[in-house]
Order: sequence, then structure tokens, then C-alpha cells
Amino acid sequence: MTLATAFFYLFSIVTIASAVMVISARNPVHSVLFLILAFVNAAGLFLLTGAEFLAMILVVVYVGAVAVLFLFVVMMLDVDFAELKQGFLQYLPIGMLVGLIVLVELITVIGVWSVAPQAALSTPTPGHMTNVEALGRVLYTQYVYLFQAAGFVLLTAMIGAIVLTLHHRPNVRRQNIAEQNARTRASAIEVKKVPSRAGV
Amino acid sequence: MVIGLEHYLIVAAMLFTLGVAGIILNRKNVIVILMSVELILLSVNLNLVAFSAQLHDLTGQIFALFILTVAAAEAAIGLAILVTYFRNRGTIAVEDINMMKG
Repeated sequence: MTLATAFFYLFSIVTIASAVMVISARNPVHSVLFLILAFVNAAGLFLLTGAEFLAMILVVVYVGAVAVLFLFVVMMLDVDFAELKQGFLQYLPIGMLVGLIVLVELITVIGVWSVAPQAALSTPTPGHMTNVEALGRVLYTQYVYLFQAAGFVLLTAMIGAIVLTLHHRPNVRRQNIAEQNARTRASAIEVKKVPSRAGV
Repeated sequence: MVIGLEHYLIVAAMLFTLGVAGIILNRKNVIVILMSVELILLSVNLNLVAFSAQLHDLTGQIFALFILTVAAAEAAIGLAILVTYFRNRGTIAVEDINMMKG
């Protein structure tokens, strides 16, 4: 057993086990932490196939952004998670059944399908290019429109998330800069003639 | 023993199955459903990367990159909807999302 094989089994077993924990953990915070573990180990699997850039992006985007977002939301919402967990046992048989059927079908499809035997999986790197350079050469030439479309998707998601969560409370005093700039001396100051020894 | 395409496909199939089972098992909890969707997308990415390495074609990795983008956008929007929903109703149980009586 080579080192790569051992690492493949290590990464895949940890990924599957933490995926099981994601869907069965009692506390959603634990679910998010196991999701992070699953993603880090999937990044290890990506590394084994030679997709170095995607592995790093997976760690940065998922562990650094998405999982933290999940953690933030889970901790911010004050929800009684024990109550939400109640139907778990009720749905366990049907969930296992559907999962088993899907798994058997997928493995049947994969099993029937024969792959040309090959020494090992390896990512194409033409010449002496690194994986990042090779990806960039394809991404910015052949798939440049798709790349910009992905940017639009992210822009839309950002605007959508802001619009959805921005919350204007009506009874909060806020600064109105236009109104402040429109003030003149005449509208702001009133000169009163106060008679002496009479008070205002 | 050499690790080939089939090994990766089987790992991805198991991840996909766990994601589907997670959606069914946690019918009440939207957050875990969103996490299960992330697991499913991860399994798709694993498939694309494995095929990319098998076929010596970088297109699979490009598409995995786009799936990553869309998954991040989906998580952001989903969690924003969740926060808005919780603010309005005080709960995140899926069964209570029935105001429109659809």
C-alpha cells in the first residue's frame, strides 16, 4: 500500500464519517464544525488528484467563508434546537431507505461503467506549468464569459443578501445629511430681543 | 493497489447519499438542510475533479470552480432568507413556513 493510497483512505473515511456527523449531530454548532472537517478532508482528496488550486480554494471559500457564515447564523439565531430535532427518529427509517436506494443505484451505475485502466489519477499540467497557471490559461481565455457570469452571480448574491437582511427600524434617529446641508442661518437661528431683567 | 476513478466516484456517491439522507432526516431544521445541500455540492465537485484527472482535461476543474461560486452564493442567500424569516416569525421550523398556503 503506497502512501497515496493510505492518504486516500484516511481522507475519504474522515470525510464520510464527518458527513454522517453533520446530519446526525444533536447540536447544529457541532454540525457546522463537522462540516468544516468534511471540507478540509475533501480538500485533501482534491490534492491527491492534483487539483491543488481547487483544494486551496475549497479551504479558503468553504472553511473561511461559508462555514463561518453558517456558524454565525447558528449562533445568532436563538432557536430551541432540541425541539427541531424531535422528528429525527420518526424520519430515520424513510431517510435510511431513500439513502440506501440512492447509494445502491449510484454504485450500480458506477460498477457497470468500465473505465480504461490507468496508473493513477493525475491532473494535466502541460509543460512545466503549475496547476494554477494551467487553470488560469483556460479560465481567462476559453471560459472568460462564464467567469464573468460567475462574478455576476456573486454580485447578485451580495446585493440580495444585503437587501434581505437590511432592516430599517422606524423609531431610530438617523443622520439626514441632505437636511443638514440644507440648513441655512435663517432657518436655524432666531434672534430674540430680551428685555433686561425679565428673563426669556 | 492504485486509487482509480472508481474509488473517488464511490466516495462521492456516499457523500451525495448522506446529503440526501440529511435533507430527509432533518426535515425541521433549515440550517442542517442547507448544510446537506453543501455536502451534495461537494460530492459533485469531487466527481468533476476526479473525472478531470482521469480524462486529462482541465474543464472539470473549471466547472468545479463555478460550482463552488454558485454554492457560496446559494449559502449566502439561503442564510439571509433564514435570518429574515427568523426575524419575522421567531422560528426556523420548516413546517411553519406555510403562510402562503401553497
